[in-house]
Amino acid sequence: MPKLKSLEDLKKLREEAQRDIRVRLDTGTKITVGMGTCGIAAGARETMHAVLEELKKRNIEAHVTTVGCIGMCAAEPLVDIEQAGYARITYGRVKPDMIPRLIEEHLVNGRMVEEWVVGRIQRETQ
Amino acid sequence: MRELSLHILDVLQNAREAGSTRVDLTIEEDLVEDRLTIEVRDNGRGMKEETVRRVLDPFFTTRKTRHVGLGLPLLAAAAERCDGRLDIDSAPGQGTRVRATFRHSHIDRAPLGDMAGTLLSFLLGEPPCDLVYLHRYGERAFRLDTDEVRRELGEVPLSHPAVREWLGIYIEEAEKDLTCSAAESA
Repeated sequence: MPKLKSLEDLKKLREEAQRDIRVRLDTGTKITVGMGTCGIAAGARETMHAVLEELKKRNIEAHVTTVGCIGMCAAEPLVDIEQAGYARITYGRVKPDMIPRLIEEHLVNGRMVEEWVVGRIQRETQ
Repeated sequence: MRELSLHILDVLQNAREAGSTRVDLTIEEDLVEDRLTIEVRDNGRGMKEETVRRVLDPFFTTRKTRHVGLGLPLLAAAAERCDGRLDIDSAPGQGTRVRATFRHSHIDRAPLGDMAGTLLSFLLGEPPCDLVYLHRYGERAFRLDTDEVRRELGEVPLSHPAVREWLGIYIEEAEKDLTCSAAESA
């Protein structure tokens, strides 16, 4: 019999999560995966799953979300990484097996993986 | 699409882009009637009759980023090759209902696949959208209402790392339990 998780778990989870929530949402890293028809057909759901797994494995906190088609369908799955104070980088054709290197290079070592980059947006200067 | 759950994710994303704040997703696996039905009902902006007629045309889309819209035509093709069909009901301001049917045992019917991955991908998207998910398998059922989950969580969002991990495991276990136990008792 599987050990079924229940809604009761959420109470405990809420208490634990409340403490660090503001910090995380305001200053954290944001990873966006393209989830339009083009992204889905190219394997974006699995890519996103790999991102979540890798973040968990390395205990890295990041906000992970999805977006619809941005018009670069041929380069799906697209993964966009945005960190406070850095340029926003879009990676293309990101398969699940590329995620460990992507997270290690970009998030841990702070170097983008040049050969996978398909777009970059410099941070606006206010 | 290799799995029906990928089509479902696609239709759910349509609902989000139509400005929905709540989506009802129902999957019914009727093993007696040999029927699999997927229904997505949203409270988004809905479509005019003329638009409804055109959404199955692959060269029609409302988006500006590209000129083709393959999501619904692909789902219609998948349903039709399994002795099923795709129906769309919609009206401006009334939301949209997309319903796909399949012969459950049809050799060309793709497996449902990773529903936990699909629901999680949808729930992590922005802007947030509530989901009422009901999966019936024979006599059994699994129901998830994110409004109930949110109420338990208070101000902690579904996208919080601990919550998204919990959601993934919760749905995966429930889905597994639904289909496995049903097979055992059959």
